[in-house]
Amino acid sequence: MNGVHDMGGMDGFGKVEAEKNEPPFHEQWEGRVMGMQRSMGYAGAWHIDDGRYAQETLPPRTYLAASYYWRWALGMEKNLVERGLVGEDELKAGHSLRPGKKLARRLTKEVVDAGMTRMSFFRQQQGPARFKPGDRVRTVNINPLTHTRLPRYARDKVGTVELVHGCHAYPDSVASGRGDDPQWLYTVVFDGRAIWGPDTDPTLTISIDAFEPYLEPA
Amino acid sequence: MADHDHDHPHDHSELSETQLRVRALETILTEKGYIDPAALDAIVETYETKVGPHNGARVVAKAWTDPAFKQALLKDATAAVGTLGHVSPVGDHLVAVENTPQRHNMIVCTLCSCYPWEMLGLPPVWYKSAPYRSRAVKDPRGVLDDFGVKLAKDTEIRVWDSTAETRFLVLPMRPAGTEDWSEERLADLVTRDSMIGTGLALTPAELAK
Repeated sequence: MNGVHDMGGMDGFGKVEAEKNEPPFHEQWEGRVMGMQRSMGYAGAWHIDDGRYAQETLPPRTYLAASYYWRWALGMEKNLVERGLVGEDELKAGHSLRPGKKLARRLTKEVVDAGMTRMSFFRQQQGPARFKPGDRVRTVNINPLTHTRLPRYARDKVGTVELVHGCHAYPDSVASGRGDDPQWLYTVVFDGRAIWGPDTDPTLTISIDAFEPYLEPA
Repeated sequence: MADHDHDHPHDHSELSETQLRVRALETILTEKGYIDPAALDAIVETYETKVGPHNGARVVAKAWTDPAFKQALLKDATAAVGTLGHVSPVGDHLVAVENTPQRHNMIVCTLCSCYPWEMLGLPPVWYKSAPYRSRAVKDPRGVLDDFGVKLAKDTEIRVWDSTAETRFLVLPMRPAGTEDWSEERLADLVTRDSMIGTGLALTPAELAK
């Protein structure tokens, strides 16, 4: 979806302000939100792209105004309610009012190290890779209302395949409830001028990681 | 605190509302049996005390001193980092990109906040903020300027937008004057920002400051 989360190339947000000696968390609750998100992911309650899509579909004003972990909390509440894991009434009550659903597994203290290892997104390939390094490709022009990882600034642009990362779960499918639909994943590099026009710094190149359905031969 | 809040209902700050709502969420998920609060404690502790930029710094310092490791790292960072026992597991999709006098690499996630947690810990607020996510792909020299970094005009700048599950780690250039330094000492020169590409590794003089 063409949401405010898709920020690449937008103007007017101002300078990047780095905080000196920034702590991992600024408030105690932020760590709890992070831990809950991690635990629910481990439990298989939803996929990482479901988490992203829940945030993308927050009202734009909410998305922009919320602090990072608060946005996570709001997205998590959405996913919990949408999947019937928690009721609106329970969120309101601040307590469970009925037994929970069965989840695949539970992240306990004993297995927390296993839960900290990043999941693999590799999937069984469904066919040979369509592109190889050096191939010229054009990204597709799509504007789906659903989740996609093809940023707006990189649509309908010509670039070059640089790396092939194997076959991965396809976010556009996963977050639409259609399963993994494994796709080849490539790093595709663009000349900055192909993206932003002739006045662009000629030393700039930009790459995205593009799933095969995002690409056509150029 | 609850009593205090009860006595002064209008004193509720936005923050305390947030705290209450997050606490309620944790209560519900615990009562439902979905989560283990002790696991949450362990996760928080891990990111507060164990996983941080020092993980990535060890990898970079090793690459600076061990040409075979560097070659392996640039070929398959996941496999190469896996051979080092002392850093946290990285999952399957780590890619290391090398800075050279001709080319400077910078990492961003314009769509959310993808970041190599296992190498660098949790991302700083600025990395997840609109100013960085919007500008890094369009005006990276302007962003570098915000960080006080100036590159030669003809240095190529490559911005890697982390739009999938691949995670990128910048291998910064080794500072001059460190030829006889040990791996441990070199690691002190490797800042978080130098591994994101919004900074350079510290020089010995900068470290001494």
